[in-house]
Amino acid sequence: MCSLEKRGNLFILILTGQNSEHRLNPDLFSSIISALSRAKAESTRGSALVTVSHGKFFCNGFDLDWINAAGSDEETQQRFNLLLDYLKQLVLAFISLPMPTIAAVNGHAAAGGVVLALCHDYVLMRRHRSVLYMIDLDLGIKIPEPFMALFRAKISGSARRDLLLRGLKIKGEEALKMGIVEAVYDSEEEVTNSGIEMADDLAKRIWHGEVYVEIRKGLYSELCDILGIASKAIATPKL
Amino acid sequence: MCTLEKRGNLFILTFTGEDQHRFNPNLIGSLLSLLSQVKAEATRGSALITQAQGKFFSNGFDLDWAQAAGSEQGAAERLHHMVALFKPVTAALLSLPMPTVAAITGHAAAAGFVLALSHDYLIMRKDRGVLYMSEVDIALTIPDYFNALFREKIGDASVRRDLLLRGLKMKGDEAEKRGVVEAAYGGESEVREASVRLAENLGKRKWNGEVYAEIRKGLYPQLSAILGLTHKAYTIARL
Repeated sequence: MCSLEKRGNLFILILTGQNSEHRLNPDLFSSIISALSRAKAESTRGSALVTVSHGKFFCNGFDLDWINAAGSDEETQQRFNLLLDYLKQLVLAFISLPMPTIAAVNGHAAAGGVVLALCHDYVLMRRHRSVLYMIDLDLGIKIPEPFMALFRAKISGSARRDLLLRGLKIKGEEALKMGIVEAVYDSEEEVTNSGIEMADDLAKRIWHGEVYVEIRKGLYSELCDILGIASKAIATPKL
Repeated sequence: MCTLEKRGNLFILTFTGEDQHRFNPNLIGSLLSLLSQVKAEATRGSALITQAQGKFFSNGFDLDWAQAAGSEQGAAERLHHMVALFKPVTAALLSLPMPTVAAITGHAAAAGFVLALSHDYLIMRKDRGVLYMSEVDIALTIPDYFNALFREKIGDASVRRDLLLRGLKMKGDEAEKRGVVEAAYGGESEVREASVRLAENLGKRKWNGEVYAEIRKGLYPQLSAILGLTHKAYTIARL
């Protein structure tokens, strides 16, 4: 599942289980969303969050086994829709987190797992042993609007087309060139430590969490419109 | 203050003096009135250069003036007032019937950066001066038309994020590499000369100013809409 650690000013969200694909089902979703709630509740100026994972996968998308374990076609569809709802809630939770967020992607990420990574303000990745793969096209699954808006918000130009419309398995160097990730590293240890280092650096700016959220929302205004969240103005400067 | 001079086909708007050229209602008023003058005197072949003396292009809104209101509420009101007053400046530049160049020889921060970005071309110094959206560091959210300007002028999502959400102080080299400015030069006089050269070359094209402004608005439709600028269609072509 997942756990939340506090290390000084940093919150470390860990997707646990060495042999797990960290597939998203109601349990894992609830676990992550609840961890984010806790981080939000305990946040102060100078907080930051890093998400890391154990094992070969960052997150391999929706739990298809759970979806397919449904008794009927109708229930299968319902289960799928439920996970889409959860994913939306996840995006919302990340957008409203009053601190900078970093995903240290040290393994493979597919579909919902790519969305999870992109929910963060910054993404770091492993150079090898890690691909980003929007498998949706290959599986014949449409990508709903809110997540399309997330991709539009975070990724520019032909990179977006290559990620969504080309069924590419994007490795670290490519992801870096495409502007999807900030930096790539050789080992799991390096990517995790760099994630923590970056979080520390950002935390040192002692940003005002509420303002940070509003600026983030302004940056991703189309996404917020689609998710139905408004942004507010804060105009009392701290000098 | 700011002055306007005419040099051949070039209109040169200068922020005079060694101060930070912060925008308060007075300076904003002057700027608006000078831009009206430029518009009134425009002919085919006109071009505008906006430049400044001293270490700053402009350091944004006059926060001292805002704080002089005496209360947090009063300061917030004054700030909102300046944000509202400045919107027509952006609108005027966006609808100016001639090419525009910002010769950035010093720091451009917050509304100062917005002023620069409201020009068609930005030329900057490599050796001194930064572009900086200070809002995140001083706990101020970003007005809607500022966001729209960044969204439509800067194509790269990570650049926008670095500028707005990370409070990056971007130097000339990086600004040129990442496509925020047209070009960066080694010193003050090089920047001024390059700006004049660029403006003159653009002026030589003898573009129909009204058409130029309409095409420009079409490039930035969201921003134009937020600024209340309407869009006219033209069907007469000079062949």
